[in-house]
Amino acid sequence: MSLAFQLSEDQKLLQSSAHRFAQDEILPIAKEADRVGEIPRALIDKAYDLGLINLVIAEESGGSGLSNLDGVLVIEELAWGCAGVTTTIVANDLALIPIQLAGSAEQKKRYIADVVGAKQLVSFCLSEPGAGSDVAGIKTRLTKVSGGYRLTGAKQWITNGGLAAQYTVFATLDPALKHKGLTAVVVPAGAEGVSHGHHEDKLGQRGSNTTTVNFDEVFVSDEQRLGGEGEGFKIAMRTLDMTRPFTAMIAVGIARRAAECALGYAQERKQFGKAIAEFQGIQFMLADAYTNIDAARLLTLRSAWLADQGQPNSLESSMAKRFAADMAMQVTIDAIQIYGGYGYTKDYPVEKLMRDAKLMQIYEGTSQIQRVVIARELMK
Amino acid sequence: MKKILVPIKRVPDYEVKLKVAPSGESVITDGIKWIVNPFDEIAVEEALRLKERGNECEIVVVSIGPEGASEQLRTALAMGADSAILVKCESAVDSHVAHEILAQLYSQDTYSLVIMGKQSIDSDANQTGQLLAAKLGLPQATFASKLELKSDWSEVQVTREVDGGLETLSVSLPAVVTTDLRLNEPRYPSLPGIVKAKKKPLNIVEASSLGVDLTPRIKIRKLETPAVRKAGVKLGSVVELVDKLRDEAKVL
Repeated sequence: MSLAFQLSEDQKLLQSSAHRFAQDEILPIAKEADRVGEIPRALIDKAYDLGLINLVIAEESGGSGLSNLDGVLVIEELAWGCAGVTTTIVANDLALIPIQLAGSAEQKKRYIADVVGAKQLVSFCLSEPGAGSDVAGIKTRLTKVSGGYRLTGAKQWITNGGLAAQYTVFATLDPALKHKGLTAVVVPAGAEGVSHGHHEDKLGQRGSNTTTVNFDEVFVSDEQRLGGEGEGFKIAMRTLDMTRPFTAMIAVGIARRAAECALGYAQERKQFGKAIAEFQGIQFMLADAYTNIDAARLLTLRSAWLADQGQPNSLESSMAKRFAADMAMQVTIDAIQIYGGYGYTKDYPVEKLMRDAKLMQIYEGTSQIQRVVIARELMK
Repeated sequence: MKKILVPIKRVPDYEVKLKVAPSGESVITDGIKWIVNPFDEIAVEEALRLKERGNECEIVVVSIGPEGASEQLRTALAMGADSAILVKCESAVDSHVAHEILAQLYSQDTYSLVIMGKQSIDSDANQTGQLLAAKLGLPQATFASKLELKSDWSEVQVTREVDGGLETLSVSLPAVVTTDLRLNEPRYPSLPGIVKAKKKPLNIVEASSLGVDLTPRIKIRKLETPAVRKAGVKLGSVVELVDKLRDEAKVL
């Protein structure tokens, strides 16, 4: 297989359609969504109508059936519009991929097709107040009862937590078993004993809904379990290997928008009688930004492509996510620098982008954990 | 099955800052982004809406241009058109050549309606629809802002925006209708639509095989970019503003 850097006709079309949606629908609401901490439901419905949600979920389950590579092309465009909106959208893929990977035909119908058909949002519940990077330290417990389990525990930082119709939950049969005890179950939001906390007042990506989700003696039948007991860790890791390129591409989208804004501003803003873009101090920041965005995009495309080929991509996707997240932080900080005092105000777009970028270094594996994974892969 | 023919043109994206080629007779198109002419996109949307209102038909989109124009045809297919024809033509196409080719294509099949943009946003000639109707001897209704099709496909009622109001015409079918900006808001191609479009037929016809004279009647002599707007001045007071308006701009 040779290298090819040319997008196909269809890929270009996916990209331009997603870009138009970002330009015409997302961008106009992004600032207000950031201010009030809420995305209009109408926008989610429109995204649903266009198949921009459940990107890599199979067509027979009602998803758009895109490859991971095509999916990330779409995600870059959406994130260019607003990262908070994109996180909301991608959260659906994140919650449904474990079911697609490990669910039975009946589970795929009930927990994917029915949910997608009703245009619902869903959540992936892995993190806990005491278990972030340390996934094996999960305390949410599945206790065996007749016909199934009782699920008890609290999940933290759950995207769409307050809006979801269904949760994909990772819990342990016994904390002493560490990752070998982890088991994945699907829980409808309406089940008795399920509740969610208040919407977190976040620094960035404020439009995306983030809450705690609590499970209090929730009955979970055997039919709600994905795969076998103790297979949860494997399911979660396989899911995150698939979605890590998505997260990396959100960072690329944020950075691209920041760089485009900064380039435009630098060519307009005059000091000392000329556009500030004529000064090398500014040029170097812009040159580095565009170079690093491209590098991050290429790393990300490769890691998504590997996933499509069914090849291991933990190393490559961790490299992509780590590089893209740190890159987005630097690019957005530099974008503010180029805007000077104006960039520090909410009248200009770049401060939001910097706040949105910060989350990229934290969620779905911090930049530090990505480095740990990279090093571990190197020393295998 | 009734057929609607929707000619679409590939034009440079309106967000692209075009540069005039050194010859001064064309613009540099290397590496620029191309789109479906927005008026033609409205035409595609209107055809889709006619079909969705229960008027069973096949929507055929056609474009004249280089091989790359198949991208714009795919866009129309992804929006929901049924099949596409690319008339491959590497040389320049003006309204005259375009209408000759379209007339030839029209006569190769049985179409009940032709819907197309009133003009393209690159050459802005606004005459291909009119020329086509004249050549084929069909009624025409230009600048449509509303379109209603009689369920037996005998006629179409077209509301046009004219100076000082609206004019409504009934034209018998087949006919040529050209679309104005306010006819509708075109949909975006949905992701499943894009995936489905892959399987729809896109036939390629060589322009030279149609027996049409491909010599353009219009020669572009010179292209110029618009004059750069001069920077404004900041004034310190209203008095100064009034002075300038009176003494320099002489508008008061």
